[in-house]
Amino acid sequence: MDKKVWLTQEPIDPNNCIEKVTRNEAGAVNTFIGTVREFTKGKRTLFLEYQSYVPMAEKKLAQIADEIEEKWGNTDTAIAHRIGRLEITDIAVVIAVSTPHRADAFEASRYAIERIKEIVPIWKKEHWEDGTQWIGDQKENTSYDKKIPSEEEMYND
Amino acid sequence: MINVLFFAELQEAAGSEKVDVEADGLSVNELKTRLKSTFDLANLDNAMTAVNEEYSNEDTMLKSGDIVAFIPPVSGG
Repeated sequence: MDKKVWLTQEPIDPNNCIEKVTRNEAGAVNTFIGTVREFTKGKRTLFLEYQSYVPMAEKKLAQIADEIEEKWGNTDTAIAHRIGRLEITDIAVVIAVSTPHRADAFEASRYAIERIKEIVPIWKKEHWEDGTQWIGDQKENTSYDKKIPSEEEMYND
Repeated sequence: MINVLFFAELQEAAGSEKVDVEADGLSVNELKTRLKSTFDLANLDNAMTAVNEEYSNEDTMLKSGDIVAFIPPVSGG
């Protein structure tokens, strides 16, 4: 697969993302792995379902990789997000960022996951022990009052 | 004809992933009003709108062939 950002129904191998960003100029590859948690504030999750608007989600993931390059420079970013049914401990997302020095790699990975939670059209449906619910706005600081994302949320700076 | 896509809770509320609407020349806001008269979409106003895979504004004008997606608050990661 040539794509550096992609959605898949299959389990994600983190090495896949790491290999895509490994290069001679990089002294650091930071990898973030998001997994399915069993308990949220004492409530038990049985399994999860992720749904996505795939073509737009891949575009927005690519945009995040571009934003990282603009902000830190000399970066390479790979992001894979799984969709469909996921069991507890399954990997939902893998982000790998390579940079010449470690500080940038840490910061950029953090940036990538926060941006995913803002602009990438992927939704999580929780199948709790006592029912189901689509989860929105995990960041809990995004205002939808204006009915559209702010310029900052759409394009960032 | 405008292709309208629903996701997550809006998909369940609309009972459909996709509907075609005769809405050429309408704004996003006018399309939303029309959809709300047909479907029980109480949360439509909490959603963002994307036209042809880019986030758009309420006053974006629509033309035949556009794909309009309503994007409830996202929760990837």
